[in-house]
Amino acid sequence: MLDIKDISKTFNPGTVNEKKALDRVSLHLEKGEFVTIVGSNGAGKSTLFNAIAGVFYVDEGSISLGGEDVTFQPEHRRSRELGRLFQDPMRGTAPHMTIEENLSLAFLRAGRPRNAFFSRIGKEDKAAFREQLARLGMGLEDRMKQPVGLLSGGQRQALTLLMATMVPPKLLLLDEHTAALDPATAEKVLSLTQEIVEKGELTCLMITHNLKNALELGTRTLMMDSGRIVLDVGGEERKGLTVEDLLSRFRAGVGEDLDNDRILLS
Amino acid sequence: MLYITQTALELGFQYALVAMALFLSYRVLDIADLTTDGCFVLGGAVSVTVTLAGHPLLAIPAAMLAGACAGAVTAFLQTRLGVPSILAGIVTNTGLYTVNLMVMGWKSNAALLREDTIFTLFRGLGIGGGFSELLLSAAITILAGVLLVAFLGTRLGLSIRATGDNPDMVRASSIDPTLTITVGLCVSNALTALSGAVVGQAQKTVDVNSGTGIVVIGLACLIIGETVLGRRTIVKGAIAVVVGSVIYRFIYAVVLYTKVVPVDCLKLLTAIVVGAAIAAPSIREWASFQRRKQAARTGKGGK
Repeated sequence: MLDIKDISKTFNPGTVNEKKALDRVSLHLEKGEFVTIVGSNGAGKSTLFNAIAGVFYVDEGSISLGGEDVTFQPEHRRSRELGRLFQDPMRGTAPHMTIEENLSLAFLRAGRPRNAFFSRIGKEDKAAFREQLARLGMGLEDRMKQPVGLLSGGQRQALTLLMATMVPPKLLLLDEHTAALDPATAEKVLSLTQEIVEKGELTCLMITHNLKNALELGTRTLMMDSGRIVLDVGGEERKGLTVEDLLSRFRAGVGEDLDNDRILLS
Repeated sequence: MLYITQTALELGFQYALVAMALFLSYRVLDIADLTTDGCFVLGGAVSVTVTLAGHPLLAIPAAMLAGACAGAVTAFLQTRLGVPSILAGIVTNTGLYTVNLMVMGWKSNAALLREDTIFTLFRGLGIGGGFSELLLSAAITILAGVLLVAFLGTRLGLSIRATGDNPDMVRASSIDPTLTITVGLCVSNALTALSGAVVGQAQKTVDVNSGTGIVVIGLACLIIGETVLGRRTIVKGAIAVVVGSVIYRFIYAVVLYTKVVPVDCLKLLTAIVVGAAIAAPSIREWASFQRRKQAARTGKGGK
């Protein structure tokens, strides 16, 4: 589904601030794979996501999505096939527009004919939105006319998740999407994520700092460091892996001792 | 008094289109589009010139098209060439001065004498009698308002609103912000030009300097309307600009009539009102903070 070949990206080349954020990264994802990504801050996880989403163009290498080369496609073109969630719940929804209007924008994404531009939200659409919202179990289906700005962070993130997956994307990118939520809400959003991904058989990449989640969720785990993928485990090998194992691999990958394991174990 | 009321309503409806344009660019898209001044004159110049050529009806869409082009230039400058939005408007506005002179045949003004205008044609239909001008102005503005609200309810319209609300989300939803900003500015400048076109035909004259300060007056109308009606929904917003514009013209008429303030000072007064109204939230916040600080201080002193 996703095929990344030797992509590199250097920020501020030729200056003192030069930073090689991605260093010949290659990655292949089969359809339906749910991959978790761990790694320290600055390891290049988010940069990898941004490269896939087209926030910037990579210096070298190629990216193809569902068999189509998207290396030089602009961000808004790629997002037809991509669902994206950010850490900040505020980034995924338009606060002054109603829940209904936000959902109908998400509906615009992907696969709809061009004349959809002048179409309006119909009764059928509204009924479909209601049904989808009810699945979140947050009572949002009764608040469809309210501006999204009134929702809590968790509700907004759940709504964003729904918007990103309403038209099934070829790839779902989750960038620490529960990190800004309280533990209970985070758990709820995470289980929703799991449910939606499994039900839709979506291909998904998820960045997390929670090593336990990284191993429990999904089918494969990657670890990144200094712009490279330093660990890639799946299948039987992954099943036997514990958080401690991952942590020691982490050290080995990083090549240095971490000051405090608790940061990673939290 | 009736005459004043009628004139205020007429002008209110005619200029309300500028406020409506600013509602779209400033409120919905969150872009301070300073193309407005030049675009207003452009609309008037095209309208009067085409009317002089004997096509008063054609003059209206022609003016709107010209306005949309001006909007497209501003949008191109800011979306493709990375010119900051305020500067992009100023650049287009400056260029439009020459364009406007060109449209009027390199003269600084143009006047209609006995040529038919949409207003004389409408009066010819015999609808509304002495109020026919008011009726036509109101009809045009209300129609434009209804179409604008309908447009903002379409998916393209929603995309434009989202662009002003959360650009991050727009890009992640496969909407091209370049497209939405361009369409938004084209529509808003077409409205501004429509206002210029209607005013030009109503007053049977257009001057190259007649647009000076229109953007501030438009903002004043927008803010007055929002103060009266609130700014919660799009429909309310569209009604608010018309109400605001009519109120502004009433104040203007009263000032003209009673001479409470010298008429020459009106632009300064408008500027002060607009400046104060936009600054109001910050001033309120500062005042409440000072009050809290004061209260905390005296509270401590009391112990």
